[in-house]
Amino acid sequence: MRERFFPDFDWHTVFVQPWTDYSENSFWIVLMGFLVSGTCGLVGCFVILRRMALVGDAISHSLLPGITIAFLLTNSRDTLPMMLGAIAAGVATVALIEAIRHSSRIKPDAAIGIVFSSLFAIGVILISAFADKIDLDAECVLYGELGFIPLQDVVMFGGMEIGPEPVVRMAIIGLIAIGLLLSFFKEMLVTSFDPGLAASLGINPTRYQYGLTLFLSVVIVSSFESVGVVLVIAMIIFPGATALLLTDRLPKAIWLSTLFSALYAGLGFHLATWLEASIAGGMTVIAGFIFGLVWIAAPDRGLLTKFAKRALKSEIVLPNP
Amino acid sequence: MQSSPTTNLSSKSAAPLEVHDLTVAYTKRPVLYGIDLEIPKGSIVGVVGPNGAGKSTLIRAIMGLLPVSSGWIKVFGKPFKQAVTRVGYVPQRESVDWDFPVNALDVVLMGRYGRLGPFKRPSKADKEIAMNCLEKVKMDSYAKRQISNLSGGQQQRVFLARALAQESDLYLMDEPFVGVDATTESAIIEILRELQAQGKTLIVVHHDLTTAPEYFDRILLLNMRVVAYGKTEDVFTFENLQNAYGGRLSILSEVALTRARKKFDGDTRDNVGQ
Repeated sequence: MRERFFPDFDWHTVFVQPWTDYSENSFWIVLMGFLVSGTCGLVGCFVILRRMALVGDAISHSLLPGITIAFLLTNSRDTLPMMLGAIAAGVATVALIEAIRHSSRIKPDAAIGIVFSSLFAIGVILISAFADKIDLDAECVLYGELGFIPLQDVVMFGGMEIGPEPVVRMAIIGLIAIGLLLSFFKEMLVTSFDPGLAASLGINPTRYQYGLTLFLSVVIVSSFESVGVVLVIAMIIFPGATALLLTDRLPKAIWLSTLFSALYAGLGFHLATWLEASIAGGMTVIAGFIFGLVWIAAPDRGLLTKFAKRALKSEIVLPNP
Repeated sequence: MQSSPTTNLSSKSAAPLEVHDLTVAYTKRPVLYGIDLEIPKGSIVGVVGPNGAGKSTLIRAIMGLLPVSSGWIKVFGKPFKQAVTRVGYVPQRESVDWDFPVNALDVVLMGRYGRLGPFKRPSKADKEIAMNCLEKVKMDSYAKRQISNLSGGQQQRVFLARALAQESDLYLMDEPFVGVDATTESAIIEILRELQAQGKTLIVVHHDLTTAPEYFDRILLLNMRVVAYGKTEDVFTFENLQNAYGGRLSILSEVALTRARKKFDGDTRDNVGQ
């Protein structure tokens, strides 16, 4: 046990030393944090608008059995089997939720709870039962560890060192996300806003729903080793939710969500350095803090503005009862 | 069951909507059964019936949003999927989230998406068309307004503008008159008449019996099956209404009363809108 929760704040060790003494490590950690929360946030904007946030949480939890079973079958921690296991788990989660919802009187929120907790429990049992055989660190799966990212194998391309494997993978997935966004923005917009109209325009809403779910699974599986299956939902919801409090247009919300992701990564890293704590935890605390600030003080829809408007209104109303 | 009749009509002269022996069921319980319909070009058809009569279900089934248990639906002589660009849709206002981060112009532009094809974005021409459509419903000055900052009637007019932007030949409208102000009501009627004059066909779900005979030249009285369908003067009889609405006579006497009252002060009412 540490004696005090807050170590002495020293500007030099918290903000300067990481960028002088181990700048390369810091660089990869912060970049990875940004790539993870940026990509999650991008997908998250649509996840929020489609009210799929809880589904996202369910998918992230079902990754545990997904990757455990994939590991037991292939005995490797390579990206491909892990990815396939995770996608299979994601699809199974959504399919089960839909099946329960449609064929019983159970409502969606309860169906989500039933499916993800039982799948997650299967993962917990598998990991503990095969603890000697499974080279998966349960703690790392649950909470992630950005600090380990610089220690991973480095990807080489044409004789050049590019960067740690997870960072390169996340960057590729982020680029794919941007590509998909640019290619299918109008389809995603109309299927999210008005599925009925989309169908009448010949844009199949179900197809885009499944597409988003699949890609969400891919994003979550690439993120979990950094932020863990529990906190990945924060990276999906916070950037978009905070941005949507500040703007009325979706493209602007997406830009803002990326900006917030950068803040989470940078500030979260320094917070974790100061507190000698989990970086993913630091990023999420920063995300929550920024959300709180925006929620209270946003120029148009913040609490303060609402109170001010209400006060102003009552003043105007008073002289004329 | 999907076999279609051999029709010698080319798709150009085929009826905008043809429905034969249609049955739609939600988990075994039929909602619509034995529906036979043929809607002629250039008509405004009111779909009228009590709550749970399957009015919205019919619209959703026409658009292929619901699995059909038996029978078939043809739009301009083709299955819906092949006639998609010829059909415009106005959903119920409550069916969407009005907090969605789009403005009125964005919503109207969505009407153009069907014509753009994959990977294409709305062009300047599309934006001009969308603005013109907003102008037609007198909403052009609200183009940049986020949609939750519009009144119910204004939101409905945005939906109507979006339908206009679809430039379709057959329009399916689900309760466009619900919860709108007098200005919007007359704006909608004006647009409906204009579309009809252009030879378009309109199918409008409507639940207000008092106004139905004024608005529509054909009426489909629906209560899970077709109670009556045809020209308004033939269909809108006390007996048919009684058949459709069952024993709820109170509704019917209310209708008779309001209609009589409306005829009396109908002219003054038209002048309420700005």
